[in-house]
Amino acid sequence: MATLELQSLQKTFGATTVLHGIDLALADGEMLVIVGASGCGKSTLLRLVAGLESPSAGRILLDGADITDRDPSRRDIAMVFQNYALYPHMSVFDNMGYGLKLKGLDRATIKSKIEIAAETLGLTPLLARKPRELSGGQRQRVAMGRAIVREPKLFLFDEPLSNLDAKLRVQVRADIRKLQKRLNITSLYVTHDQVEAMTLADRLIVMHQGRAAQIATPIEVFDKPATMYVASFIGEPAMNFCAATITQNGRAAKLDAGPELTFTAGPRTAPDGTKITLGIRAQHATIASGPNSIPLAVEFAEPLGSETLLHGTLPNTTPFTLRVTSPAPTDHTIPIEIPPHHIHVFDPTTGTRMDPA
Amino acid sequence: MNRKPDYLAHAVLLLGVVIFIFPLWVAFAGATQSAAAINRGDISLIPRLAGLKIFITAFGFGNAAKGGVPVWHMLLVSLGMALVIAIGKIVISALSAFAIAFFRFPFRMIAFWLIFITLMLPVEVRIIPTYAVMSDFHLINSFTGLTMPLIASATATLLFRQVFLAIPDELVEAAKLDGAGPMRFFFDILLPVSAPNLAALFVILFVYGWNQYLWPLLVATNGKLDPIVLGIVQMITTDQIPQWNLVMAATILAIIPPVLVVVAMQRWFIGGLTEVDK
Repeated sequence: MATLELQSLQKTFGATTVLHGIDLALADGEMLVIVGASGCGKSTLLRLVAGLESPSAGRILLDGADITDRDPSRRDIAMVFQNYALYPHMSVFDNMGYGLKLKGLDRATIKSKIEIAAETLGLTPLLARKPRELSGGQRQRVAMGRAIVREPKLFLFDEPLSNLDAKLRVQVRADIRKLQKRLNITSLYVTHDQVEAMTLADRLIVMHQGRAAQIATPIEVFDKPATMYVASFIGEPAMNFCAATITQNGRAAKLDAGPELTFTAGPRTAPDGTKITLGIRAQHATIASGPNSIPLAVEFAEPLGSETLLHGTLPNTTPFTLRVTSPAPTDHTIPIEIPPHHIHVFDPTTGTRMDPA
Repeated sequence: MNRKPDYLAHAVLLLGVVIFIFPLWVAFAGATQSAAAINRGDISLIPRLAGLKIFITAFGFGNAAKGGVPVWHMLLVSLGMALVIAIGKIVISALSAFAIAFFRFPFRMIAFWLIFITLMLPVEVRIIPTYAVMSDFHLINSFTGLTMPLIASATATLLFRQVFLAIPDELVEAAKLDGAGPMRFFFDILLPVSAPNLAALFVILFVYGWNQYLWPLLVATNGKLDPIVLGIVQMITTDQIPQWNLVMAATILAIIPPVLVVVAMQRWFIGGLTEVDK
């Protein structure tokens, strides 16, 4: 039950700047997912909020109070670690109660808090067990339990699902979301898995090289990626990029691979002849022979059951992936069309999105 | 794996057991026989049942040349010495390893290397200066003088450091978030998690302390602080003909405490040396 605000948070390790000033505000009860490739600074960001590292500059405000220099245990936060970090020599009960015991709560209060949390998570029959006697999923729930008994203002999740097998991951993912909604606790969740990010998040922050490439809802990030990096990182398979040139006073783009596409959303401000990059998602291109079609030389197909991914190249050797749901054609070359209302326009030098003026 | 019993492996194993047990058996069987028979050189390998009470009388046996301190007293000195050395080493090295592994302080690596190079200076090498220091402190012929120089231990510090470095960072961080201060973390998390290593180290150090010979030989001069290992040697270096049966009985008695420690802590001991799952 709290708001979190990060003000131009920076972190440098020696000469390396890991975070270049992150500004972020979380509303009460919001689940914000930090997503990015490894080394993007996402874990550092979480550790700064947890107080396990101290920022080089900037402030952290929890519920309006400046907690930048506060001791981790006094920040009113709880964290779920990637390998759960359960105390191996303590029972599930003691694992969950250790923090409360150190807070100086009396036995009866601790017991009732743990029982409530254990009931919520279905851990009641496991309370006497040691972590090594639990399965991965159960350990994960104990780690959750240890976080929720503390009734924190803020939950921090550091890739909590990465040690689970694929099937369990989907289930636990849903459980985490349900629990977070019901308890209505503001949460920061770090992951490198875009599906996890898309399904869990109220809002996403896509990190790239220590900067927030985009902070938006999952749908916004998918529909209007702010940079080429975001566009290629979010969405499976990754977005196709084709080189093109602005024509018709910014009203259209001529693909290097062939046809000219008219912008449906409105003209771009760049002068004619400006080099741009057009992004098109694999599922948005269609198989069609018309005046604007481009021949796609198919190199190989990946059948996924409900759909098939066709990997190939356009005439100018640009790699291109096409997703088809109908039975995939077996031809070596197929004509494809790029619907103009599905294209994303990027500046190839800066990588940023070019929206209509 | 081969499900048939591996006869060759068992034969080799048995041979090993026989080789190791044989001297002990000779001592055991010899103890039950008369001193005269042993001196004549005909030790029977079959113990005389009537002679078994020697193991009781041996407790009271003392070396007249060194004030007649009895064997039971030497055993107590040895036990005290071994326990103090083992526990003292563990306390000191666990704390210093804790500091080196978990804290960032100026000259941390220098401290570590200083401890490390003492590995090259065991008691035997620095025995004269150590003796001089103990003498200046008037600690000759005192229990403190007997044990203290043997306590500071680089080996144990290094071992603990390795164990502590293997503790996942996340465990440390989880404890931090739970509000555990450094010493609370040390006692509540670190020591219990390292318990198997602690047990293994205790066994090794207990046996090390029990077997000390050279240092007690120098420091314990009036017989009151003779540990059993020293006592046994002095029993056979008298002017008279040694009473071999009593010496052998004392030897067997001297073996029992370390064996008990090893047996009692064997499961932990092996776990501490082989366990990787933290």
